[in-house]
Amino acid sequence: MLETVIGLEVHVQLKTKTKAFCGCSTEFGRLPNSQVCPVCLGFPGSLPVLNKTVLEYGIKVGVALNCKIPEYTKFDRKNYFYPDLPKNYQISQYDQPLAQSGYLDIAIENGTKRITIKRVHLEEDAGKLIHEGTDSSASYVDYNRAGIPLLEIVSEPELNSPDEAYQYLTTLKSIIRYLDVSDCDMEKGSLRCDANISLRPCGEKKLGVKTELKNMNSFKAVKSGLEYEIKRQLAILEAGGKVTQQTLLWDEKKQKTAVMRSKEEAHDYRYFPEPDLVPFIFKSADIKIIKETIPELPQEKLLRFVKEFSLAPYEANILTSDKSLADFFEKCSRGYKNYKNLSNWIIGAFLSEINNRSIEPKDIPITPEKFTLLLNLADTGKINSLTAKTVLSEMFETQKSPDLIISEKNLSQISDSGELEQIITQIINVNEKSVTDYKNGKANALMFLIGQAMKQTKGKANPNMVTEMLKERIKNA
Amino acid sequence: MDNKKDLFSLTAGEITGQKHGTEELVSSLAKRVEAVEKKVHAFAKKPQARGQWFGFHWPKPQTENCNLTIRSGPLSGIPVSIKDNICVKDDETTCASKILSGFKPPYDAEVIRRLKDAGAILWGKTNMDEFAFGSSTENSSYGPTRNPHNLECVPGGSSGGSAAAVAADETIISLGSDTGGSIRQPAAFCGVVGLKPTYGRVSRYGLIAFASSLDQIGPITKDVRDCAVMMNIISGYDPKDSTSANIEVPDFTKSLNGEIKNLRVGLPKEYFTHGMDNEVKAAMDEAIATLKTKGAKFIEISLPHTEYAVAVYYIVATAEASSNLARFDGVQYGFRQMNSSGLIDMYKNSRGEGFGNEAKRRIILGTYVLSSGYYDAYYLRAQKVRTLIKRDFDTAFKEIDCIITPTSPTPAFKIGEKATDPLKMYLSDIYTISVNLAGVPAISIPCGFTKEKLPVGLQIIAKPFDEEMLFKAAFAYESQTNWRKIKPKL
Repeated sequence: MLETVIGLEVHVQLKTKTKAFCGCSTEFGRLPNSQVCPVCLGFPGSLPVLNKTVLEYGIKVGVALNCKIPEYTKFDRKNYFYPDLPKNYQISQYDQPLAQSGYLDIAIENGTKRITIKRVHLEEDAGKLIHEGTDSSASYVDYNRAGIPLLEIVSEPELNSPDEAYQYLTTLKSIIRYLDVSDCDMEKGSLRCDANISLRPCGEKKLGVKTELKNMNSFKAVKSGLEYEIKRQLAILEAGGKVTQQTLLWDEKKQKTAVMRSKEEAHDYRYFPEPDLVPFIFKSADIKIIKETIPELPQEKLLRFVKEFSLAPYEANILTSDKSLADFFEKCSRGYKNYKNLSNWIIGAFLSEINNRSIEPKDIPITPEKFTLLLNLADTGKINSLTAKTVLSEMFETQKSPDLIISEKNLSQISDSGELEQIITQIINVNEKSVTDYKNGKANALMFLIGQAMKQTKGKANPNMVTEMLKERIKNA
Repeated sequence: MDNKKDLFSLTAGEITGQKHGTEELVSSLAKRVEAVEKKVHAFAKKPQARGQWFGFHWPKPQTENCNLTIRSGPLSGIPVSIKDNICVKDDETTCASKILSGFKPPYDAEVIRRLKDAGAILWGKTNMDEFAFGSSTENSSYGPTRNPHNLECVPGGSSGGSAAAVAADETIISLGSDTGGSIRQPAAFCGVVGLKPTYGRVSRYGLIAFASSLDQIGPITKDVRDCAVMMNIISGYDPKDSTSANIEVPDFTKSLNGEIKNLRVGLPKEYFTHGMDNEVKAAMDEAIATLKTKGAKFIEISLPHTEYAVAVYYIVATAEASSNLARFDGVQYGFRQMNSSGLIDMYKNSRGEGFGNEAKRRIILGTYVLSSGYYDAYYLRAQKVRTLIKRDFDTAFKEIDCIITPTSPTPAFKIGEKATDPLKMYLSDIYTISVNLAGVPAISIPCGFTKEKLPVGLQIIAKPFDEEMLFKAAFAYESQTNWRKIKPKL
């Protein structure tokens, strides 16, 4: 039996207003080379000056990942030539990272698993190359991204499946988003992930020969990329072959990997301390101040939700996966005490509205007050649950109050027995066959008749009353 | 003294005290440049290239181009020449390298901003060893500069153009940069005053880096007073340079009082053993005697790690240089070899043709000492020894106020004499290198001439951020001697 061993290197772009070492804006999607200056272009004579917010954000993540924050940190130069790297070295951190030796607990089938975080360090992003034509007859460089602060988070090789890797990534993303220091949007490149993969016989301590997999641009791609690579290595080993140490690129379209470089071509980065920046020394008081700004993190919140609102861990997990969503739930819970029902509604209709509309949870357009009012209207029978979903959709559309939508669209539930009596009489008259079928014991026929009544009332009829009244009338006919 | 001296031969202090127009001064200097520049070749870009001065198109105040505005200030109307590795906005700045040909910085170095604010006229870009790699100003894409005192000799380097321009009276003041002696050694060779400030005293923003942890910009002047005035202007904290020190800057001219009674002067025994030229030694002895008559007390001290300084320097400096020079790749600015097939080829051709031999040599050395497997043995060990060298100075300064040494073991050597022997060339900085490694300030002032009429320089070294001590001792010595009044015959 072979065991899969995966270690992940995650880069997240910190969402500071300005770049790591100069005053240029970090805004995404601007005209190429419109957010540059002599410093981030690496012009001769220019010098970097550290944006202090970058340190603060980095420490927050380090603390949230249970890392040790050394009193002393410094920057180093990582030297390599590439046109998207203006100075042909990257300001990074080598032997004295901002944070180290932490852990992240991830949910697995039978509980949780603790993954060691080896290190968390700061560095600057590179620019972007844009190639012209299929033969790359010309290449252009956009330096807007050059100098944007990145945080590199490196795990120990302790993940044993693509599922665990996926779980690690989503948990990490959720924590970082709680800290509000990065968007962690893989599609936009604000979270990037490289993986080291190797296989070894179960029980063996020594790691097998690894490959490094790059260019996985979505959470799904990480999973499929890892699955592909594990199968590839497995096939080699089972055929008695040896895995070659190399760096691979995942091709999402072709759903396969391609070789980027082999071990022999690996760079010697010639790291040495960055002489243009001075080392930073933290006092424990500084760290304490930063620690105090860290909010309740998703895992604590999950446990509290389970306890405080008597929710299933599965429900609490969904509700706490995003801080804005959790906050929304909590605000609603102040005015609405049927927590189970609240949770069902948020996880169900509410989230599907958000997903269908591609809204970020932080941009929820309706207030907790209007949402709980909607639930109260449904609970008291003013509208039925089907109508409530229609109203919710309308609320997302117009941000109007549910009672206003109900009265404007005349959506109140029909619970008037006189009115329902007329409708039922009409349905029985035109559906003689179904009535007979029901009498002969076909239960489905009743469902058909109820459906007809709901259809006639555009879903407004009180479904319980319709059912009871239909049964009563057919029995007595 | 001749009262009817040409204006070009004056110091800034003398000019400020005289009644004359800036126009008169500039035309006097312009004529001087015209007369002697062909012999000396101090400039990478002559002030003529700036257009206006020779035609006497006088700038109107408040024109858009700051260079052409004469502002009031401590250096109002004083021409200052700038070493070609200091960025001047929209002015070609090449570090005397082909690889930066055509590069016009979009910004001013912090020192340039300060000079403009002080009213200085920027007076040409001076020649240098390519990227400040050298001690002779022979390694320049513009060709060598010659020593005004003997045109067969080198002016020293790497700020050889700056020192020669001052010595030849082609300018009033120059700015240089000093990584291992590049201000002090040419100042000594050319018989002028040159100061390397404490690391962090002067902003490096806009100085094209050679070795970031060693580089400092400093003045080269005709006398100690001008040097103090310049230091008043260029010193001080700059938030754009993280290594700049947030320490108050005193008025350095207040130290020019000649008072050195009971000054404790250290003489490092390791410097006075072998390799020192006899005439340099004689000049030193005479200087020590002069200072003694003014009341200075001499104490033999030890800087035990001196013998490792050159080795440490050539590891640290080349390591940093190899990384600092990586950006010159033909991608964004400067020279690009257009006949290249593909990226790697373009890198190789542009750098291969753009850099001179000494630059290549240092890039290769620096790349080597940082390579995996060699880092611990070279770079890391060198940094440890650097700490020991710094500690030597800390210890010495517990008992003394300043240290005196020759600036260079020899006077100026012949052009071509060491050009093919890099190791011999590297040793000409043996007395200046430790100062950069320790980050302390030092000044070189003229202290005599050899029989062949070549100047000899005296180096004074002080504690970090104690440039006042340098001015005190240098001024006291200068006011007892007339060396600075001996001008080259051109």
